[in-house]
Amino acid sequence: MAVSRIFGAAVKRREDPRLITGRAVYTDDVKLPNLAYVAFVRSPHAHARIVRIDASRARSAPGVIAVVTGRDLAGKVGNIPTAWLIPNADLKTPAHPPLAIDTVRHVGDAVAAVVAESRAAAADAVALVEVEYQVLPAVVDQEKATQPGAPQLHPDVPNNIAFRWRVTGGDIEAAFRSAEVTVRQRLRNQRLIPTAMETRQVVAEYNPATGELVVTMTSQNPHIHRNILSGILGVPEHRLRVIAPEVGGGFGSKIHCYPEEAVVSYLAMTLGRPMKWSEDRRENYAATIHGRDHIVDLELAAKRDGTILGLRGRCYANLGAYLSTAAPGIPTILHGLMMTGCYDIPALDYEVVGVLTNTTPVDAYRGAGRPEATYAIERMVDILAAELGMDPAEIRRRNFIPPSRFPATVASGLTYDSGNYAATLDRALQIVDYQKFRAEQAEARRQGRLLGIGLSTYVEICGLGPSAVAGAVGFQGGLWESAVVRVHPSGKATVFTGTSPHGQGEETTFAQIVAEELGIPLDDVEVVHGDTARIPMGWGTYGSRTTAVGGTAMTLAARKVKEKARMIAAHLLEVSPEDIVFENGRFAVKGVPERSKTFQEIALAANLAWNLPKGMEPGLEEAAFFDPSNFVYPFGAHVAIVEIDPGTGAVKLLRYVAVDDCGRVINPKIVDGQVHGGVAQGVAQALWEAAVYDENGQLVTGSLMDYAIPTATVLPMIETDRTETPSPVNPLGLKGVGETGTIAATPAVVNAVVDALSHRGVRHLDMPLTPEKIWRVLSSTT
Amino acid sequence: MIPSAFEYLAPTSLSEATAFLAAHPEDAKLLAGGHSLIPLMKLRLATPKYLVDLQHIPGLKGIRETDGMVEIGALTTHYEVLSSSVVRERLPVLAETAEVIGDVQVRNRGTIGGSLAHADPAADYPATILALDAEIVAVGTGGERTIKATDFFVDLLTTALKPDEIITRVRIPVPAPGTGASYQKFPHPASRYAIVGVAAVVRLNTDGTCATAAIGITGAGSKAVRARAAESGLVGSRLDDAALQRAGAAAAEAVDPVGDIHASAEYRRHLVREFTVRALRAAAERARSR
Repeated sequence: MAVSRIFGAAVKRREDPRLITGRAVYTDDVKLPNLAYVAFVRSPHAHARIVRIDASRARSAPGVIAVVTGRDLAGKVGNIPTAWLIPNADLKTPAHPPLAIDTVRHVGDAVAAVVAESRAAAADAVALVEVEYQVLPAVVDQEKATQPGAPQLHPDVPNNIAFRWRVTGGDIEAAFRSAEVTVRQRLRNQRLIPTAMETRQVVAEYNPATGELVVTMTSQNPHIHRNILSGILGVPEHRLRVIAPEVGGGFGSKIHCYPEEAVVSYLAMTLGRPMKWSEDRRENYAATIHGRDHIVDLELAAKRDGTILGLRGRCYANLGAYLSTAAPGIPTILHGLMMTGCYDIPALDYEVVGVLTNTTPVDAYRGAGRPEATYAIERMVDILAAELGMDPAEIRRRNFIPPSRFPATVASGLTYDSGNYAATLDRALQIVDYQKFRAEQAEARRQGRLLGIGLSTYVEICGLGPSAVAGAVGFQGGLWESAVVRVHPSGKATVFTGTSPHGQGEETTFAQIVAEELGIPLDDVEVVHGDTARIPMGWGTYGSRTTAVGGTAMTLAARKVKEKARMIAAHLLEVSPEDIVFENGRFAVKGVPERSKTFQEIALAANLAWNLPKGMEPGLEEAAFFDPSNFVYPFGAHVAIVEIDPGTGAVKLLRYVAVDDCGRVINPKIVDGQVHGGVAQGVAQALWEAAVYDENGQLVTGSLMDYAIPTATVLPMIETDRTETPSPVNPLGLKGVGETGTIAATPAVVNAVVDALSHRGVRHLDMPLTPEKIWRVLSSTT
Repeated sequence: MIPSAFEYLAPTSLSEATAFLAAHPEDAKLLAGGHSLIPLMKLRLATPKYLVDLQHIPGLKGIRETDGMVEIGALTTHYEVLSSSVVRERLPVLAETAEVIGDVQVRNRGTIGGSLAHADPAADYPATILALDAEIVAVGTGGERTIKATDFFVDLLTTALKPDEIITRVRIPVPAPGTGASYQKFPHPASRYAIVGVAAVVRLNTDGTCATAAIGITGAGSKAVRARAAESGLVGSRLDDAALQRAGAAAAEAVDPVGDIHASAEYRRHLVREFTVRALRAAAERARSR
């Protein structure tokens, strides 16, 4: 590669001017002639039989066009499928009708759809649909749901257990037999609500003359949505176009297939008018997936010198009322397989019980299984350190997988691609001046101040992933990625990616990749994504895969273009292609730099095709499809420093240092931004966020007045730094960074709070670490 | 999140507005900054038939000092209060209160009159208004009357205003020399309302003893209250730590908090004690440095 000017540069995000100035077009900005509006009637009960639905008053209300119920859709709109069918787990996939037919299973479960001339008329008519319910006992706790006598959600899911999945590796019995010390702990990883700034939206338009259905929607993966909607609606894929315009964040919540998009599409097809549905925030909290919600019991076996011998335990994963699109894979493949973290732990035995409850379905939320795994192992390592009287940094260093072991196969069977874990920890400790802080902490304690430091050394699995592995673990799709680089006669390029960025900044980073490869100005590259009619097959944006997989496909397509351009240059310059060098945007004869053609000249020649090498096809456009050979495994060390107010128990985050290694960096500004956002969400789980249900299944934190998301005012400046350990999995050495902050931050903050209270005998506290919780600890230990 | 249908009125005089209110006492709501009312309407928790917008009525905005009083028009936004040179000079505790209301958007739109009339039990202004012995001036069809802040808050979301009355301004006496005041708040992690907020105003005698003390508390019951027993216990003291702790304990006795998922009643009572001490300590320090 030529001397890098664009690749690696902190270019400002080209997305931002339109986003900041309100010129971006989101789904709700789509206005079509004759548009009708859909609103959903939702269950106020967590569990009930539907005795009767009377929509006659609603149907006769002003502006109302139609009201449909679950029975009306039966046989016409297919059930909402589960698309990650994990093997060897006795998986049950209960029916999820698009509108509830006999039974509602969570507050917010949709029972009817109202179509009206305006959003207001639709909202008014929702209140006029009379639904008679026979309320049934509900269960919200995943352990209680498996016990005898618990309310049963689905007739074909005994004891509400959707699956039992287990991972084993090494000799766990021997590990615990030979252990000199064991520690055990129950950890609750509380339920979170993704809270994308833009709620879900859909506009569906059907042309009966052509049979084409166009669905504009908030999607992280339009091709997957096209495929699933095609199955649900019976519209063939080649007549179904899914467009994801500007999407205002997803955090996983816009991966999945939900009832509303299918119902709105069906209504557009049957009523002959374009339809829009705009989710409001209360619906978003009740009807769009939640994340996390694990109860985990873990036990570590170790030697007295801190060497960890084995990890065993069981997780009860709350999956909510239905099995959402990817739900079975999140707490198993993306969680259970990562339980040993960045440590060389030879033995593992971990069972995950997936449980259905009368709550909103749970699926992938930023990090999706890995934050839960990292939280578990990082808490356990600190608990072991406390048990042994070891420094938390020292116990980590003792157990890290050493750089010489990579590629490193761990007890779960995964093979980590590359890593140097100690380097990130050393750097982070250097930045915070760890030894100096320990001295300050001791002095502060003498003054009655409560200071704490928390470490989190993580590794995560991302860059999803090899398609063969996807198939082996039951993911009902491929995980390769596509790219097209189309060079126009002027030498400008429009490039197309099958990924679907929605805030991450790949319109900028992908342009950097292509501009670098082709030696053209950044501004000469336009990145197109999010439209199944414009883009070859692709699998979307999630699992920190966009750059590692989609960016690699883009690189390969650009290199194909460059290679064809070289052939043309050689032909025009009358030398053999091996004698052409490409530098600074020019194809030159080796040793004769004045004999050269610019990339733009070649682009014109290729598109005119007046004089091309014999047999060469005209044009300058190439596609590439990249299927990675392995996942990528970013890693790093995060350090949090907190002070607790002894008078209130409130935690103040004083410093936050993130040292990440996401392989080679295309744009440091964007990487920093991803880390900032991820850390904010990770810190928020530790300190503030929790989706709380009461015993009857009512969501107590049903709005932003009660669900505490992080804001800039409650966070410190986040200090970022990096090491660069390239991945061998792709030619650019890329890893992912979209989720690392969320994965790393939560245990860093909890470890810091526990550290601040450790001299008071505190070993563990469950999240969120609210002021009252800590105040009660302080009150009981003084 | 779509309000039910309502009729929008934009009166241009107080007499027009009060006459309308008198004619529709049950089903009209006044719109000031809208930062409490509009969300309630979007959730259909409030479904007024008539929305009476006050913004076209002249004379309801602005801050001025007159005859030892600071007068603040009802439609003055929180931002205008916190950035007012008169307020920052004469009533810094009111600016300190306005600075921690909600967020930037709320402070730019929300108004002092709207906040007081809404009487949210966790709003910030009521604590400070009570501790400063402010007066609320309201106009109705029967004319103008002045209501003492201590008589104004009646119960949850309920004030002494009659159905046809509109707050026109708030009158706050400029504190005498030797006075210091502070508002200390423990914010709700999601809404940023006060879980507990305490305003303390103390005046010192020249010998450093406490001449008068006033403590207003919000967030710890169905309405904001004064902690009278705590106040009287401070008079004559040197506002030393023991005195402040006694006042904190007395204030905690004076409230009747309700718990929720973010703070139990017991914890709120503790916070009243803690923040009473903090507010008094800061107020005393300011009084001493004046």
